[in-house]
Amino acid sequence: MARLLARRLLFAGILIALTSSSALFLARLAPGDMTSQLGPFASPVDIENTRARFDLDRSPISQWGLWVSRAMRLDFGESFLYNRPVAPLVVRAAGNTALLGVVSLLLATLVGLALGVFTGARSGTLPMLVRSVSLVCVSLPPLVTSLALVFLAARTGWLPAGGMVSSTASDQTWSVWMLDVLRHLPLPVVALALPMAATFERLQSQSMADAVHQPFVLAAIARGVPATRALLRHAWPSSLRPICGVYGLAIGVLLSGSFIVEFVTAWPGLGRLTFEALRARDVYLVAACAASGAAFLALGTMTGDLLLAAADPRVRQESVG
Amino acid sequence: MKRAAWSLLVLIALAALAAPWLAPNPPNRRFDDLLYAPPTPVHIFGDGLHAPFINPWRLVSRLERRFEADASTHLALRWFTAGTLVTADPDADAPLLFLGADGYGRDIFSRLLHGARATLAVSLVSALLTTILGACIGGLAAYVGGWLDGVLSRVSEFVLVLPAIYVALVLRAVLPLVLPPSTVFALLIGIFTLLGWPIVARGVRAIVLVEREREYAIAARAAGASDGRILLRHLLPASAGFLQTQASLLVPAFMLAEATLSYVGLGFPNTIPTWGTMLQDASNVALLGDAPWSLAPAAAIFVVVLGVNLLAQSHGRAPVQLEP
Repeated sequence: MARLLARRLLFAGILIALTSSSALFLARLAPGDMTSQLGPFASPVDIENTRARFDLDRSPISQWGLWVSRAMRLDFGESFLYNRPVAPLVVRAAGNTALLGVVSLLLATLVGLALGVFTGARSGTLPMLVRSVSLVCVSLPPLVTSLALVFLAARTGWLPAGGMVSSTASDQTWSVWMLDVLRHLPLPVVALALPMAATFERLQSQSMADAVHQPFVLAAIARGVPATRALLRHAWPSSLRPICGVYGLAIGVLLSGSFIVEFVTAWPGLGRLTFEALRARDVYLVAACAASGAAFLALGTMTGDLLLAAADPRVRQESVG
Repeated sequence: MKRAAWSLLVLIALAALAAPWLAPNPPNRRFDDLLYAPPTPVHIFGDGLHAPFINPWRLVSRLERRFEADASTHLALRWFTAGTLVTADPDADAPLLFLGADGYGRDIFSRLLHGARATLAVSLVSALLTTILGACIGGLAAYVGGWLDGVLSRVSEFVLVLPAIYVALVLRAVLPLVLPPSTVFALLIGIFTLLGWPIVARGVRAIVLVEREREYAIAARAAGASDGRILLRHLLPASAGFLQTQASLLVPAFMLAEATLSYVGLGFPNTIPTWGTMLQDASNVALLGDAPWSLAPAAAIFVVVLGVNLLAQSHGRAPVQLEP
């Protein structure tokens, strides 16, 4: 178990280093640089100073070396767009994205697995209905759902149509702020969680349908274990393997989906920050955004592995041997 | 179910092909007095039964975007004129708007039809190229094995785990922001192919690994067939069913990717109607509430995704895919 974890951590480190470095190079080698943001009337001296401040006067390799040596000391450079260190900017945006992602993932998991166990183990009208609904929901990409929900919110005024905090609540006390965020949360979360919950439902339903016919479930029932207990304690854990397998991928999908949801609902997360940074060629901000995205991914795959090990004793044994 | 899904998709493809003929108005013609105009209802009853006609919109307030139907004027629809199936009088400034007008006063229905061409072309070509590339790489990895298999498998695992939209975003954003449409077309296809091949390659690799140990493959080798022939003529055809399903699932994924990139302004320029560029109009929350017809491209995307998913599900137990 510890060896598995150590290997995963090493992989995470490599992933973060690789993605942030390549993001830095791509942003640096892209045509144009941030000085074009200074406008057409910027003086040559200003342009020179800005280029020097962000190490654009060095060669890409030496800039990368400098950036790495500073990153080792936890100095990730400054942002040109926001004119301050990138670390707090990215931490804040990543926190907002994480809030969105974690709530969506939890919701999707709870709803998807519960419905999947139900439709996989039972047959009849109601499971059939759930199945058709989830087939429709699988086809509801976050782009479409978030636009439709924003429209509904704008039309009915039941929920705020965008943003994370109202301007009135941002300077209030902690509890007011919290409640306000909670009011803004449902719209993007539903847009993000809906197709994922449906996917989990489909996967869980298929693997549950397989699991109930396994010999050990039959054996448990033959030993006199009550049917519900046989389903939940014997069949269900063994059916979790395919779910845990996609859990790592789910983080990537969640990040992809949250990008457009953040854009549509004006959620101040990593997606928007990355987009702004890329457009302005804000090199160090791009690198930091890529690093935090990679960290999310690594965390996601690691969670998937741990869950798999927790759910399926066979995996625990494999990783020991 | 399968037949319904098929006919739906074929219908959309046909509509895209016949766009210039079906669209009542040219996709880029601006009606300056009809910004965000609602759809024009087609009437049959006026005072008595008529041939289908519309009442033109009259702008009441430009600021509030309020329109009133001019009930006194009946504009009869013209069939088979000016190279289109049906249109209003092309000279009068009162167009037939099935789905209203967008922020530039352009006909959304016509743009939707024309946009289907670009959107579907990008996603179909990308899906085709991705499938071919993925099949080649996956087949090669499984057939040759050894270090090549190791390298290709690691690379495809790495690409698979990355959030596709971010990679597409980075690859697109580091290039000049304003590019001619044909370059954007080629660029998007290139980016999508680069991102999509591992999905196909992984599946093909698994299939070929099993198939190469079968008797017929060994027999082919014993008969003296070359490696290329064994791979192309004997092993890869075994994955045809998988490739078919996978290719059909890639189409909506790429469609969404195009829509997303165009929506944020990194895809096609706004003058080219695609479902993504059309959705830019929906990005203004204040206007969206009053102009639900600007969501028409989103509905079109949903219909295509649903059609493809129904089709994939009807092939028995389809691989459940996370994206889209």
